[in-house]
Amino acid sequence: MAPDMLFSLLWKALLQTVHMVAVAGVIGSLIGLPISIFLATSGRGELFPAPTANKIVGAIVNATRSTPFIILVVAIIPFTRLVTGTSIGTAAAIVPLTIATIPFVARLAESAIREVDKGLIEAARAMGATPLQIVFKVLLAEAKPGLTLALTLTLVSLVGYSAMVGAVGGGGLGDLGIRYGYQRFMPEVMLAVVVVLIVLVQAIQSSGDALARRFDKKTRKN
Amino acid sequence: MSHAASQGVSAADSMVAFENVTKRFGGSKGQPAFTALDGVDLKVARGGITGIIGRSGAGKSTLIRLVNGLEKASSGQVVVDGIQVGTLGESGLRDLRRQVGMIFQHFNLLSSRTAFDNIALPLEIAGMDRKAIRDRIDPLIDLVGLGDKAGRYPAELSGGQKQRIGIARALATEPKLLLSDEATSALDPETTQSILELLKDINRDLGLTVLLITHEMEVVKTIASQVAVIDKGKIVESGRTFDVFTAPKHETTQSLLSAAIGAKLPEWIRSDLKPAPAPGDRALVRLVFFGETAFQPLTARLVAEIGPDVNILAGAIDEIAGEPFGSLVVSYAADPQTLERAARFYRETGLTTEVLGYGA
Repeated sequence: MAPDMLFSLLWKALLQTVHMVAVAGVIGSLIGLPISIFLATSGRGELFPAPTANKIVGAIVNATRSTPFIILVVAIIPFTRLVTGTSIGTAAAIVPLTIATIPFVARLAESAIREVDKGLIEAARAMGATPLQIVFKVLLAEAKPGLTLALTLTLVSLVGYSAMVGAVGGGGLGDLGIRYGYQRFMPEVMLAVVVVLIVLVQAIQSSGDALARRFDKKTRKN
Repeated sequence: MSHAASQGVSAADSMVAFENVTKRFGGSKGQPAFTALDGVDLKVARGGITGIIGRSGAGKSTLIRLVNGLEKASSGQVVVDGIQVGTLGESGLRDLRRQVGMIFQHFNLLSSRTAFDNIALPLEIAGMDRKAIRDRIDPLIDLVGLGDKAGRYPAELSGGQKQRIGIARALATEPKLLLSDEATSALDPETTQSILELLKDINRDLGLTVLLITHEMEVVKTIASQVAVIDKGKIVESGRTFDVFTAPKHETTQSLLSAAIGAKLPEWIRSDLKPAPAPGDRALVRLVFFGETAFQPLTARLVAEIGPDVNILAGAIDEIAGEPFGSLVVSYAADPQTLERAARFYRETGLTTEVLGYGA
């Protein structure tokens, strides 16, 4: 393949991947984070005790997480059509990606929030803080480095998932690799796709790590 | 049996009163309940420093958490400045907690906030604006001696500095009562002394009532004017610290004390002690000096009265709640004449004594 054509294909696929990952990442996190707060604070004897609801939400989260992504994509096609009016294309691919992101973020962020020292919650209660003040001023503030790493991991996994939505015409780097590299037997395209994916994932991971380090005041620097 | 930590403290001038308080944990789903506190009666004098001492698991953590409603009593009343804590709802409890400061063994500072912002937290919670917060905190951070560390994060501070920030944070809402939960237990002896000095200053200068729990005799001895000893969920002894520590009645108090006040006898002496004398045995007696007797040259007179045979086995001079206190373990022949002379001498001088036992 001519280099300029390869480059144009790669660029278009990269933009599609970034588009899908960004939109699904943002919407999925916006929904997943509140769920994670609920999961981390609604157990017996916690800030907003609702053990039964906690168990039900936990079960739904687990069920979604254990469904293989490619099956999820196909299974929710009616819902996707309802939301976007179509079941193929990049916009349609964003729906299953978002659905898969929500439980992922919920569990990862939950464990980051649970890492916060219980003594801090007790200290805040002793100051007369309301449960909501504890969530915002203590839990989220203290869990910020952990939450940053959780969101980084989510984005990295999303890049991987996005390779599968070629199945519904979502496009993106994975789709390019399958169609040109595998089906048309063009190993140079496959190689180029893999290299771009590696660079993309590295970029996400390093920026996430750097941000988390900046938020982390626990480890003494210098 | 009444356990007013200070004799003569009536309900009206006590800052905190526990009235027959019992606290049980668990007990649902077929598990037996664990009784952490069992019928506790205790009054904490307004404006003083009261120490509650006991071993781990004695119930002192639970006791102090009942005061600001972090735990709820299973039965009985906890009254703080005239308010029955048990009757308060969530919002009433929050109001109470803003008038009761608390400091912790592991400081519990937010790692994501600077020293200044940690002290600001209770004020933010109370809805104070940024300008008023600054005006309140600047003198406070100077009071605890960390004016130059306002912008530092807890990870950049030493243990003692962290506790000073914890104290400033507890004082930020200008509370009338300060609860101290093992505040010096994670600190080295020197830092412990400096934190205790700070608490003493705050108590004196701000007129703040301090209620502290600890397992360290040293802490109570240094700053508490009143003490209560807790064991297995019960207050077993209480009163003026000096009175309780110079004449400990309960076994728990005695064993807690023996480590701190140098009254412990060497093992080789203790193991040979018998409750009654055999012919030729010697009596081992602990003499306690305090108040008037602390300043008299009684040892020389003791030798003169009893005879040159008196042997000194152990001794220590110490200070309890600011009063001098000495303890001396002596032995002399346990024959009837000597014992009679000794008894007469003790009666005349008013010395407090305790026969530890008899041995060869």
